[in-house]
Amino acid sequence: MKAEAKLGFVLLLTPLLLWLVLLIFIPHIDMFLVSLRERVGVGKYETSLANYLTFFREPLYLWTFLRTAVMSTVATAITLLIAFPVSYYIAKIAKGRMQSALFLLCLIPFYVSELVRTFGWMILLRETGLVSNLLQWSGLVDQPVEMLYNDAAIMVGLVYTSMLFMVVPLVTTLESLDDSVIEAGYDLGGNAFSVMREIVIPHAAPGIVSGCIVVFMLSLGNYLTPTMLGGKDSLWFTQLIYSQFIVRFNWELGAAFGFMLLFLSSVIVWGMLRLTGQTLEKTMG
Amino acid sequence: MIPTIPQPRAARIAYGAYVALFFVYLALPLTVVGVFAFNNGQFPSLPWEGFTWNWFFGDERPMIGVFHERSILRAMGTSVFVAFCVALLSVAVGLSNAFLFNRYQFRGKSLLYVVMLLPLVIPGIVLGISILVFSSTVANAAWDAAKVDIQALRPGLPLVILGQFSFIATIATLVISARLQKFDRSLEEAALNLGAGKLTAVRTITIPFLAPALIGAMVVAFLMSFENFNTTLMLVGSDAPLTIAMFDRLKEGSTPLLNAVSLLLMLGSSLLALVMILFQRRR
Repeated sequence: MKAEAKLGFVLLLTPLLLWLVLLIFIPHIDMFLVSLRERVGVGKYETSLANYLTFFREPLYLWTFLRTAVMSTVATAITLLIAFPVSYYIAKIAKGRMQSALFLLCLIPFYVSELVRTFGWMILLRETGLVSNLLQWSGLVDQPVEMLYNDAAIMVGLVYTSMLFMVVPLVTTLESLDDSVIEAGYDLGGNAFSVMREIVIPHAAPGIVSGCIVVFMLSLGNYLTPTMLGGKDSLWFTQLIYSQFIVRFNWELGAAFGFMLLFLSSVIVWGMLRLTGQTLEKTMG
Repeated sequence: MIPTIPQPRAARIAYGAYVALFFVYLALPLTVVGVFAFNNGQFPSLPWEGFTWNWFFGDERPMIGVFHERSILRAMGTSVFVAFCVALLSVAVGLSNAFLFNRYQFRGKSLLYVVMLLPLVIPGIVLGISILVFSSTVANAAWDAAKVDIQALRPGLPLVILGQFSFIATIATLVISARLQKFDRSLEEAALNLGAGKLTAVRTITIPFLAPALIGAMVVAFLMSFENFNTTLMLVGSDAPLTIAMFDRLKEGSTPLLNAVSLLLMLGSSLLALVMILFQRRR
């Protein structure tokens, strides 16, 4: 019996280890090693930090990196601000059928490819698009307006694309808050503001954290939305990685960029978890 | 701010209006994509040139519909194939992982669980390039050592499948684990008492109990693979899945053909989602 259990354990452990070691662990180590290579001649390489030095010395690279980080943070904050009232409405105010219908409506757009969603925004925002036509029709402007290819358009796309990943964890945590706790808050003399600040938000903290982590990650690593809505020169860090890998074939520098992106996202995720005392198992699992 | 606490009428109306506005915002881009699939013109934008089915069924230039456009149909086939492979692989590994974490106590278990979650917090593009770098390292080593060219390790569908699997497996594991945790172990013990072998007990009792989660994980994995862009972009070879093919066309300028494809995608994925919800409600 004991040997049988042992055999079962090994059989179940093998696929997990194969997956994590061959597809996650070794590839990242290999990528790190490649990022430490410097090409000194045809087919000749030396170990050095040259690629990272290039990254820090070239203002364009560093600027793009910081810009991507800041814009992703702003996109996360906006998503949270828009999603919180809606999630609260779904979790606490809507009841019964209405509640599940609204929740389902939130999910539907995200069963559709990100490409389709972005394409929708292009149709709306471009020079010949609906918004431009609407503005002309209403007489607010007298010629077509181009609303694509700027930072605001990128922001609109990023917020739209990641909305679901904020709404779902928020609704889940808010639903678990008992109504009577909120009533007690009011009975003890609280008002809407203080009840929100001292009861609802602390209770929703795990949902807020996991929503923010996922939205931030998705924005940071997004390639499609900045490229389609912001144009080719929208300076998103993933575009630099893509062009080093696919266009210029400079894998060493591309790997260094990839590592910087991974480093940034890990630091921010870790920092957010530490700051709020959450763990990865609790927020993701 | 709950229904049992009275609020001023104006505040309630304003709140309701905000939520309504939010849903308009959610629906707007998808609606315009869908509507312009029927525009009888060369561009998916105003002016509205009248209603047509040509972008679906048209078979002569300049309006070749989806069902006569070879390259789009081929890309769709590629996507379905990739998504199916990824879904099968992810659910198989996910099921195995769920049993491992649910049934065994071992040293390093919680650490392994955290590591298992990591693919979710690695940007998709980084997953893509790391697998690209590693596979070409292996392929180059094989070439140098034995002069064999392993095609599967060059950018192409096998790598796309592995790349997507590398993070979708985590999601499948989470979905299946959640259901396995609710399973009452005594049912399995009853089967053992009645003389079933261990594998028979799992096959006849536990797996049927897990069926909704298995189907759910399958559908989610299929959809996530179908719409994946970032990881695929870095690993794709000559035959592109649908998202990549559409992206390439979109860069050159769009015709309502793309709207028609998008509308079909929307219908397809909502149908799948609906099937999944109905199936889970029946249980």
